[in-house]
Amino acid sequence: MGSIPTWARVYVVCVVLAAAACLAPLPDLHAPWWIVAVLAALYAGCERIPFPHSPRGAAARVAERGAPRGLGTFLPVLLAGAFLLPPSAAALVALPGALLARVEQRPRWLRRVWRAAQLAVAVWAASRVHWALGGRDAVALPHFPYALVPAGAAVLTFCVVLTALDGGILALAERVPVRGAWRGLFSRSLASVAVHGLAGLMMAVLWRSPYGPVAALLVLLPMYVSCWAFAQYHRERAAHQATIRALVQAVDIKDGYTRGHSERVGQASMMIARELGMDDERVEVLRFAGILHDVGKLGVPTRLLRKDGPLTPEERRIIELHPEYGHEMVRGIGFLGEARSAILHHHERIDGSGYPYGLVGRQIPEFARVVAVADAFDAMTSTRSYRRARPVPVALEELERCAGAQFDPGMVRALVRALNRHGWHPAVTAGVYPPSPEFSTSLEQGGPPSPVSGRTEGNPTNKSGFSASTDGCSVAADGPSTGVGRDPDGVDPPASGVVGRGRS
Amino acid sequence: MSALGVEIPGYGIVGRAPVTLTLVHAVALLLAVVSLAVVFWHGLDERGVALAFGILIAVGELTRWSGAEERESAPLAAAGALAYALLGENAGHRTDHGVLEIVAVVVAAALIGCVPHVAQGRGPTADHLTRRVLTVAFAAVCFQPLYNQGRLMGWGGPSYALLLVSLLVLTALCDAVLAAAMAHARTRWPFGPLLRDELRATLGIGSAVCATGAVMSLAVAVVGLWALPVFSLPLLLTQLSVRRYAAVRVTYRQTIASLARATEIAGYTPTGHARRVAALSRAVGRELGLSEPDLTVLEYAALMHDIGQLSLVDPVPAGATSVLSADEQRRIALLGGAVVRQTGVDAEVAVVVERQADPYREQPVTARIVRAVNAYEEMAREAGPGGPLTALEKLRLATARDYQPEVVESLARVLLRGTLTLPQAG
Repeated sequence: MGSIPTWARVYVVCVVLAAAACLAPLPDLHAPWWIVAVLAALYAGCERIPFPHSPRGAAARVAERGAPRGLGTFLPVLLAGAFLLPPSAAALVALPGALLARVEQRPRWLRRVWRAAQLAVAVWAASRVHWALGGRDAVALPHFPYALVPAGAAVLTFCVVLTALDGGILALAERVPVRGAWRGLFSRSLASVAVHGLAGLMMAVLWRSPYGPVAALLVLLPMYVSCWAFAQYHRERAAHQATIRALVQAVDIKDGYTRGHSERVGQASMMIARELGMDDERVEVLRFAGILHDVGKLGVPTRLLRKDGPLTPEERRIIELHPEYGHEMVRGIGFLGEARSAILHHHERIDGSGYPYGLVGRQIPEFARVVAVADAFDAMTSTRSYRRARPVPVALEELERCAGAQFDPGMVRALVRALNRHGWHPAVTAGVYPPSPEFSTSLEQGGPPSPVSGRTEGNPTNKSGFSASTDGCSVAADGPSTGVGRDPDGVDPPASGVVGRGRS
Repeated sequence: MSALGVEIPGYGIVGRAPVTLTLVHAVALLLAVVSLAVVFWHGLDERGVALAFGILIAVGELTRWSGAEERESAPLAAAGALAYALLGENAGHRTDHGVLEIVAVVVAAALIGCVPHVAQGRGPTADHLTRRVLTVAFAAVCFQPLYNQGRLMGWGGPSYALLLVSLLVLTALCDAVLAAAMAHARTRWPFGPLLRDELRATLGIGSAVCATGAVMSLAVAVVGLWALPVFSLPLLLTQLSVRRYAAVRVTYRQTIASLARATEIAGYTPTGHARRVAALSRAVGRELGLSEPDLTVLEYAALMHDIGQLSLVDPVPAGATSVLSADEQRRIALLGGAVVRQTGVDAEVAVVVERQADPYREQPVTARIVRAVNAYEEMAREAGPGGPLTALEKLRLATARDYQPEVVESLARVLLRGTLTLPQAG
């Protein structure tokens, strides 16, 4: 528990007190207690339903913008409670489930208590608003379409309270800037909460109808299927990430680069893309372009990639086929889109002396120009067997010197600006995605923490072939250099340290 | 299986519509025409209801998701049609629309809703529409006569709800049987596994469709037609989730196929080898009655079965591993397993790749299939014209130790039939 700041604890205590205040009128309340019991049991059951979580779930979750995770089967139950019951009774529905919920991150009990308190307050507020607008009668009669008005107001209240509380805990426990913590949360969750609110409304209406709770339960089935598909989606997505990562590590190892070169190129490409103001989708694709730029080297004999001593023209020609090999490999992957052209053209040069096609200036696709700069930058700033890493400013100077001849000056400038702003922190994490915040919010519950293993060491392996040499303007071009060959038995060692991804 | 639906050279795809299929289509068509004619003649009994459900079904068809291999690509339309078929009251008033009216409205709305899709050349197929018409007619025939004769008057609310649910379960079962029968008629794959796969698929989005159908029908009875838009949204959310799941699966399969292509580009294996082995393995697995998850494992393993060769510094001549010594084969298989383990693919896939060179008695069935199919592919390729027969003969001679006789015979049947992929129409 030591990692949770004092202010965050104080904040949690305050919210717990607020929840207690919401529940205070309970002893004097005449509520239909059996409904409370059934809904509470239902909610607790929904919370305990196991979905297959991937070990990378947390990492994938953060990357999944616009899709709050785990807004699960349970939300319609809580909202139906808010529509059916008096405020404090509705708040009570949330307690057992939240206190019994699976929590995988520590400190478990603090998280459970926090979650219970937060949901109780939010449900209470929603129910209060619904009550005040006369929603109770509109549900019981039922009075449509008027019933949609109080229900909509209640859903809005629920969402506002929940995100406000979440924003607070993110700001205090994670030190996320307050506005940043807030901004995404609300817009991200509103649409989803609204749809669940409609399901909750339908549940409440059917509950009060002659068809009774049996019919109300049917509403949950599509919600369950939806959550199931969502969990499967994340699992599969994480598996996909792991596969791409393995592909990339295979390249790094085959090539004898320092581990993580490909991912760092992806990171630098992403920084440039952001600086150029590309939209999120293109930034993501460009990151994949950076990550996969050398994938074609899988098709080049290891012997050549690791050759000790200068390359013959014939050998060089074979190595220079790797962009085409890479393009051929990823041709069938639909989502890569523009990234495929970046893989094909990342060794083109602005002056037309690059390969494979010798394109000039603007003929080179934008993504390829970005990846070329990112590739050269990382090649210079990481340690190779034959030389130490150069400091970032020196590398940038070199890039600027070669801008216009080898690189697109716009891209170089964008990289310089991005580095001035954010610095260069080439953290290679276990996920292809950045690590998740430690304290996940209620709207994003579930999933164990991402296994963050800092692998930033410049593992100095032997390297030849593709390197940064400073003769004239050929940064990170294929200046042959010396390296120590290895692998006398002719077999690549399996990539040790690659994260094996078990299934849960 | 569109991603890998390759034709094996020399074994074209048979494209003859079987009798059963024609019969089913004809029945559905007849039913649709008769109901439309009767409705044109007599007019609609419940105009408002028919219009609302018609719009819902048409919108559901508009949101149809084409290009996926999902069993139910227009869940909203399906749920709306079922709810309409099982509709008793509307906001407390009895309705008295009959079976023919229901079928006519569903057919008309579905046809209207699929116009844009057809215009783009990827509309629903005759099979989809046939299934829709027949299942809706089945549900309506089960329910409407009972209801309209007032037999359900004495039923209490909850038991009425349970009746609807059980009717829907029955309808879903019939739909699964129908779908399996149609797929069987098209592909001649064994009926049992097809039915099992259909039923498994019904548990997913199918159950959501049925539940939504029941909820819509009950909710309309309580609050009137307002219930339709209110409860369409949650099902659309479900559809979105399922769709994204399917999309990421497609992407994943593409990535695995790319990984498999690495060996081809590196010159270790001939072009298209992995894909051919995968398609043929899948067909053999189907023939042997493997379930859908097993087929996926099989497919991935078949795609990556040669990946261990990437670890070799010098390629095996022509990538033909089946002629190497047993020890060498096993070493490559183990290397491949190690690579696959790192790729984050299901551990089962790694096991299959690892064990592909073992004698068949020590292998899981998926590995037996990959081994036999891989050997067949390599031998048939080398032997030139007439190669397939020679290769099969060689496999048969080695069934004592290396290849399982049942797998080889399944392979022979698959090759004889030549239907390796489900036609796109299915």
